Amino acid sequence: MSWDVIADNLGLYAEGAKLTLFLTVASLAIAFLLSMPLALGRNSHNAVLRHAIGAYTVVFRGTPLLVQLFLIYYGLAQFSAIRESILWPCLSSPLVCVIATFVLNTTAYTTEIFAGALRHLPPGEVEAARAYGMSPFTRARRILMPAMLTRSLALYGNETVMMLHATSLASTVTLLEVTGVARNITLNYYIMFEPYVTAAAIYLVMTLTLVLLFQLAQARWAGYLQARLG
Amino acid sequence: MLGGYVASILAAGWITLSLALVSLLLAVLIGIAAALAKLSHSRTLRIIAGTYTSLVRGIPDLVMMLLVFYSLPAILNQKAQDLGWNVYIEFSPFVAGAATLGLIFGAYMTETFRGALMNIPKGQLEAAQAYGLTRFRIFWRILLPQMARLALPGFTNNWLVLAKATALVSLLGLPDVMFRAKGAAEATAQPFTFYLLAGGFYLAITAISLFALSLVARRYEVGVKELAR
Repeated sequence: MSWDVIADNLGLYAEGAKLTLFLTVASLAIAFLLSMPLALGRNSHNAVLRHAIGAYTVVFRGTPLLVQLFLIYYGLAQFSAIRESILWPCLSSPLVCVIATFVLNTTAYTTEIFAGALRHLPPGEVEAARAYGMSPFTRARRILMPAMLTRSLALYGNETVMMLHATSLASTVTLLEVTGVARNITLNYYIMFEPYVTAAAIYLVMTLTLVLLFQLAQARWAGYLQARLG
Repeated sequence: MLGGYVASILAAGWITLSLALVSLLLAVLIGIAAALAKLSHSRTLRIIAGTYTSLVRGIPDLVMMLLVFYSLPAILNQKAQDLGWNVYIEFSPFVAGAATLGLIFGAYMTETFRGALMNIPKGQLEAAQAYGLTRFRIFWRILLPQMARLALPGFTNNWLVLAKATALVSLLGLPDVMFRAKGAAEATAQPFTFYLLAGGFYLAITAISLFALSLVARRYEVGVKELAR
């Protein structure tokens, strides 16, 4: 066993873990902000808006993340208009491509989660808000959003775990997050067992922490839903 | 010329599909066994099944796949060498991929099947026991048919995620749709076109599966709707 190699390279794993967390948090934060208005649009009375958002979520939920990542990272270079644009230094960076792909992907799932929660909202709550004379904006801010977020907390928790795990794909486009670090160590030292087991253990700890955080959040903010069921 | 690449990508669809179906079969078998273990009276079985599902769901698919493909043979060969055996173990990408996906989605199926089994009315089990059916018969005649109906929505979801997850096995070198698309993308310098084609293939699998499974769901719900009326 060559665990001393792992001990010597713990610094690399720490860097990798930092990047993994950064990718997860950045993608989730941007996707969270995008998903709230998209979820409202997904349930809007405007059929064009509803179906356009529906088509977006179907495409991004119906294709593998790996395909989406390669399509954006390798695929965009096919078009000379993009290669020659001023945005190219930005678009050719793996970090930008990875975050853009993750955001597009997880926004599709999160939008459907939020929109589904919105559909389960008792109509009486919205009618009451209308009867109080709330404007559509106040209604969204005070009634729809809080109800939507608390009701989707459990499913959203799963989605954040999925996103954390999906960041491992960033290693396929040269980024050195936890999986990328593990892969490099296997190649440099020619040991196959310890590096990946270490990576798996890091992900396991991160996942369990995330699950615990969501359980606490659920007890704090979604407790009223539990009480109603009991 | 491009037509040749398109044909080779679509022909690789069989590899993707057979990998997905073999993995699904494994996942269903593991799922049923682990769901029964989770609901059994034996504490040991419950702990084993619980550890399995939480361990598997805490590790990314890709890392799990690398563990099975690279780490597992490495440790097995090490052990064989220590014992003085002259063998060299290596998994093909297909075997490693199917084993990994079976193991991962077995854990998701476990939760789906466990939920379904718990929703079968208890009286039916008691009636079956009162009729003196053996445990296997109870499972085969009472539990399994109803579990299939109750588990269908979760099963559909797991299958769709599994079918997409097969794309990861291309990273191990399995010549599936994704692998061929990468080859074509690199050979023709038209990556967008060929990755888009691969995306279209997976989207088609999703669409066809959703349609087929909605027909199955309708078939399973025939009796239930009549009873409810």
